[in-house]
Amino acid sequence: MSQQQAIAQYCTRLGDNSLIQSYRLSEWCSKAPLLEEDLALTNFALDMTGRAELLLELAGKLQTPTRTADEMAYRRGERQYLNDLIVELPNTDFAFSIIRQFLVSAFEVQLYTALSQSTHTELAAIAAKALKEVKYHYAHTADWVLRLGDGTPESNRRAQAALEKLWPYTHELFEMAAGEDTLVANGIATNAATHYAPWIEQVETVLAEATLNLPKTTHRQRGGHTGIHTEHLGHILTELQYLQRAYPNAIW
Amino acid sequence: MTQDTQLNTWEVFMQARSGANYIHAGSVHAADGEMALQNARDTYTRRGEGTSIWVVPTSAIVASNPDEQDMFFDPANDKIYRMPTFYTMPEGAKAI
Repeated sequence: MSQQQAIAQYCTRLGDNSLIQSYRLSEWCSKAPLLEEDLALTNFALDMTGRAELLLELAGKLQTPTRTADEMAYRRGERQYLNDLIVELPNTDFAFSIIRQFLVSAFEVQLYTALSQSTHTELAAIAAKALKEVKYHYAHTADWVLRLGDGTPESNRRAQAALEKLWPYTHELFEMAAGEDTLVANGIATNAATHYAPWIEQVETVLAEATLNLPKTTHRQRGGHTGIHTEHLGHILTELQYLQRAYPNAIW
Repeated sequence: MTQDTQLNTWEVFMQARSGANYIHAGSVHAADGEMALQNARDTYTRRGEGTSIWVVPTSAIVASNPDEQDMFFDPANDKIYRMPTFYTMPEGAKAI
């Protein structure tokens, strides 16, 4: 894999993570427990769509032949999507979506802090913009983790159940995909494994304050980096890509 | 009437730029001040409307009674000599 291909793959992974997170959060539109939270979550979704567009545009530009951000989003099948599995799991309840966003955003604060120093100037600029957004996503969801964990017995039970369900999927966040070693060596990408220590420390602190327990399971679920997904991604793409599949090249 | 399950309301005041007055923007539901600030941010500042936000519990606002509107406000309106426009400007006074 050439360096250019590796950068394209790396940006595709980051872009896919943003796009699928955005999709899941936008599903809360009109259904969140509070009107204000409805606005907050869909606002986050818009942040993520914007980030996905920038990253997929960059990834598409580096390919031969080049592809637009829209082609990247609408013309790839699930096996070509490289997002982490954790972002595609369905929203089962509010606690699940909040705990997931908290876990992922805590990681993304570390990731985009590091990437804003990338030697790839375009990627560094995207990361610097994303960092402001993910810091707020983290602060907002960490606040909710405290409220849910230390709230009522019902909210605590739901938050803990979500944590148990999501935990095996967190490990994939800290893994690199094949061919990305040279990007780390050249200071273009950041080795995701280095973000684990600060991430777990931060997550442990918040969970302890929220009277939630760190899951004990050692089970690990992975596959997204090689395009092996849960059954849920196909359903997302069916809806997401419907218009471009039914009416190719439709514009509005 | 069904019970309001949407938490207490908070009034939101926003400053458009440093030094400007804080202007009432609307209200949000929230459990406490921290949540009220975040909700105000997400509800009212999405298109760059503000640089600073105040939130105040709605219950802390003391409002005038609409039934006492006559007593409160009318006396000010029927004395036109209170208004600067009542007085004609002397012709020679250019600097006023």
